[in-house]
Amino acid sequence: MIVAENLVKKYKEFAAVDGVSFEVAAGESFGLLGPNGAGKSTTMRMVGAVSTRTAGTLSILGMDPDRRGPEIRSRLGVVPQADNLDTELRVRENLLVYGRYFGLPRAQVARRADELLEFAQLTEKAKSKVDALSGGMKRRLTIARALINDPSILLLDEPTTGVDPQARHILWDRLFRLKEQGTTLLLTTHYMDEAEQLCDRLVVVDKGVIMAEGAPAELIRRYSSREVLEVRFGSDLNAEVAGRIAGMGDRIEVLPDRILIYSENGESELVRIIDAGLRPITSLVRRSSLEDVFLRLTGRTLIE
Amino acid sequence: MTEVDDVRPAPAAARPFGALYAGNARSVMARGWRATRSTNWLVVVSGFFEPIFYLLSMGLGLGALIGTVTTASGQQVPYAAFIAPALLAVAAMNGAIYDSTWNVFFKMQFARLYEGMLSTSLGPLDVALGEISLALLRGGLYATGFMVVMQVLGLNLSWWALLALPAVLLIAFGFASVGMAVTSYLKTFQQMDWVNFVMLPMFLFSATFYPLSVYPQPIQYLIQALPLWHGVELVRGLTTGQVDAGLLWHVLYYLAMILVGLVLTTGRLRALFLD
Amino acid sequence: MSTLETAADDAIRATRRVRRWGSWYVAEHRFRVMRSYAQTVVVTAIGNPVIYLYAMGVGLATLVDANLGPDAVAGVSYLAFVAPALLASAAITVASEEFTYPIMLGFKWNPVFYGMNAAPIAPGQIINGIVISVTARMLVTCGIYYAFMLVFGAVPSPAGFLAVFAALLTGLGFGAVLMAYTATLTEDTGQLAMVMRFVILPMTLFSGTFFPLSVLPGWLQWIGWISPLWHGTQLSRVFTYGAEEPIWLSALHVLYLAALLGLGWTWARRVAAGRLNK
Repeated sequence: MIVAENLVKKYKEFAAVDGVSFEVAAGESFGLLGPNGAGKSTTMRMVGAVSTRTAGTLSILGMDPDRRGPEIRSRLGVVPQADNLDTELRVRENLLVYGRYFGLPRAQVARRADELLEFAQLTEKAKSKVDALSGGMKRRLTIARALINDPSILLLDEPTTGVDPQARHILWDRLFRLKEQGTTLLLTTHYMDEAEQLCDRLVVVDKGVIMAEGAPAELIRRYSSREVLEVRFGSDLNAEVAGRIAGMGDRIEVLPDRILIYSENGESELVRIIDAGLRPITSLVRRSSLEDVFLRLTGRTLIE
Repeated sequence: MTEVDDVRPAPAAARPFGALYAGNARSVMARGWRATRSTNWLVVVSGFFEPIFYLLSMGLGLGALIGTVTTASGQQVPYAAFIAPALLAVAAMNGAIYDSTWNVFFKMQFARLYEGMLSTSLGPLDVALGEISLALLRGGLYATGFMVVMQVLGLNLSWWALLALPAVLLIAFGFASVGMAVTSYLKTFQQMDWVNFVMLPMFLFSATFYPLSVYPQPIQYLIQALPLWHGVELVRGLTTGQVDAGLLWHVLYYLAMILVGLVLTTGRLRALFLD
Repeated sequence: MSTLETAADDAIRATRRVRRWGSWYVAEHRFRVMRSYAQTVVVTAIGNPVIYLYAMGVGLATLVDANLGPDAVAGVSYLAFVAPALLASAAITVASEEFTYPIMLGFKWNPVFYGMNAAPIAPGQIINGIVISVTARMLVTCGIYYAFMLVFGAVPSPAGFLAVFAALLTGLGFGAVLMAYTATLTEDTGQLAMVMRFVILPMTLFSGTFFPLSVLPGWLQWIGWISPLWHGTQLSRVFTYGAEEPIWLSALHVLYLAALLGLGWTWARRVAAGRLNK
C-alpha cells in the first residue's frame, strides 16, 4: 500500500526527514513512534500527498504523490494532529461538506454521514456547533470525517494527544474496530502504550532517521529485558547509589529522578539491592515497554 | 447603627459602592496601556488618519461643489468648516464604540479577561471605569490631533473651539458607557453586526454632511432623539462659535447617557461574574 | 500487484469528478458558511443601498443642487452622478469582507483549507471556489443595489443594468489582489486593519466617487488613476447615464480591472499552493 525508500525532506539546510524507508501492507496497522520533532508529522504529510519530498521514492497505492496527488488523497483518510474542523458549521454539516470534496453524490454523503455519526457516538450532537464539543468528541468527529470517503488507508497524526485518559480509551476502541474491519492504518504517536495497543508493526524514529523496526513485542525482546525495576533514592542520591549497584541486572539506566535496572526478574534484583544495604524510597517492578526500547536506542526518554 | 459597627473594618459598609468599586480603576487602565503598547503601534496611530481622510476628501472635493452651508443657527460657513466638527464627533463615537464593543466583547467572551480581573479585589465598576478611561485617553489624543489639523486649515472659527476637546471626551464617554452596557448583553459575533446596523445610518443622517433641514419634520424629530446629533451640534456650536445656553441640553443628554450606561454595565458585570 | 493497480485505477476514475468540479465543491462549502451569517448579508444588501442612496443621493444632493443647479455635476443630477459610484463601492465592500477574513480563517485561525487539501482538492481549486462564492454574493448585492437605484430614479440610461457587471468586475479585480495579499499573511498583526484604513478608505473617498476627480488638486488625482474603484465607477457611469469619455478610456477601464483580476487570482493560487505544501 505504501512503499517509502530513502525518503528525504529538507527545509533549507535542515533535514526533517533524512532517508527513511518503510513498507506498509494492506490491512496492516503501522506506527511511527518518536518524540516531538522526530520527523513523524513531516513523513505523514508526504504520505498524505500534501508535501513534496526532497529526495527518495514514495509510492502510495501504486501511485507517485508528486504526480497523482489528488488521486492518492481521494483514497486516504487524514486525521491531522490539530483538528481543523470548520467551526462555522455544525457537526453533521462538517461531514457533508467534506464528503463533497471527494466528489461523492449528496445522497450518498448524507447516508454515510449518519452512519459515521453513529460510529463516532455523536448522533445526538449532529446539530451542535463544533465549538460546543469536548476535545475527545472533536477528535472523534475528525476521525469520522476522515472516514467519509471509505478510505483504503487512514493516516492518524498523534490521534490522542491532548485528549483526557477516558476519552483516549473510547478513541482506541473506535480505532481498534477499524483495524478489525481491515482498514490500513498509519499512525504517529509519542505514547508507547498507544503504539503497543494499536500497531502491528512500527518504526522508532528520532531526528529524521529510523532507529529500529519491528512488532512491538519483538522490539521489546530485542532491545530490552523482560522486566524493569525502577528505584528512587531521592534526587540527590541517585547518582551516588548508581555506582554501588553497577553490574546488577543486564543493564542500568540512571535518570535524573530514578534508576532503571533491566533484568529477567525484577524482584530478585530488588532483593539484591536491599541485601547490599540500600534502602530505596520507592521501588516498582514492571514489564518492559517501548519507552525502554527508545531509551536504549537514543539514550533519551520519549516525553521530555 | 452603633459605634461598634462603625469601627469594624467593613469596606462594604464604609463605601456605598463597596462591592462594586475598589477604587482601583487605574490598575485596569495600566493593563490596557501595556496591552496597547505590545500591539502594532501603527494600527493605534492609524486611527488618527481616518477623520483626516474624510475631511480632506469631503472638504476639498465636495466643498468645491457645495460652497457654503447654512448651519442650524443660521450662520453661513464653508462646507469644510461645517463637516469638520461633525467628523470630530463621529470619530469620538466610532473610537468609543469600537473600544467598548468589539474590544470588550472579545475580552469578555474569548480572552475571559474580566473573569480573571473580577476574581481579584477589583469590582465591576473598576473594570468598567478603567476600560472606558483608557478608551477616552486614546480618543482624546486623536481629537487633539484632529483639532490641530482643523486649526491649520483654518476651520476653527472661534476661540470657543478650545472647549470642543472636553466636549469630545464627554461624547466618547457617553458612547463608551452605553456601548459597554449593550455589549455585556450580547452573546455572539453575529449580534455585533446589529451595532453596525445602528451606527451607519446614525453616522450618515445626524446632520453630519448636510443640515437637518433637508428632512421632513418627523424624521428630524427622530434624529434629534439619537445621541450623535447632539454630539455633532455641540461640537459644531463650539468650533463655529455659535454658543448659547441651548448647548447645555446636549451636555445634559450625554451626562444622562453616561449615568445610564455605567449603571447598566456595572449591574450586568456583577450579574455575569459575581453572582 | 494487480490489486494495487485496480486501486490506482479506481482512484483515478473517482478523482476525475473532483479534478473537474472541485472548485464548485469549495464554493458549496462557502455558501453553507455564508448561510450562518445570511441575516447580516441580507440586511446589509437591502439596508445599505437605501441608506446611502438617501443620504448622498437625496440629502447631500440638496446642497449640491442648491449651489450649482439641477444638472450641475457632469451634466446630470447629483443623485445620478453619485449612484453608480455607490454601486461600485458596494462591490468593494463585499470584496473587503469576503476576500480577507475567510482567507485568514482558512489558513490560520480555523485552518479548513488544510482539511480540503488533505481531501483531493487542489490548492488552486480552493482559491477558485472562494472566487466563485464571492462572485455570487457580489452579484446578488449589486443586483439589489441596482434595483434600488431604479426605485430612486437614479438611472437615466436604458443600458444602466450593465453597471451591475461593471461593479462586479470592480469588486473582483480589487478583491483578487486583496485575497492574494491576505493569503501571504502568516500572522495578523494589524495588516488587514491597515489595509482598511490606508487603502480601502482613501480609495473610497478619493476615486471620483462623491465628486469628479477633476475637482481635486492635481497632486491627489493620481489616486484615482490607479484606483480600481475609479475605473469601475467611470465605467458604471458610462452605462447608467452615458457619461462622455473616449472609447479607448472605457476599454482601458475594463482592461485594467480584468488585469487586476487575472493577476490577483494567479498570485493567490500560487501563494495557496506554496502554503499548503509544507
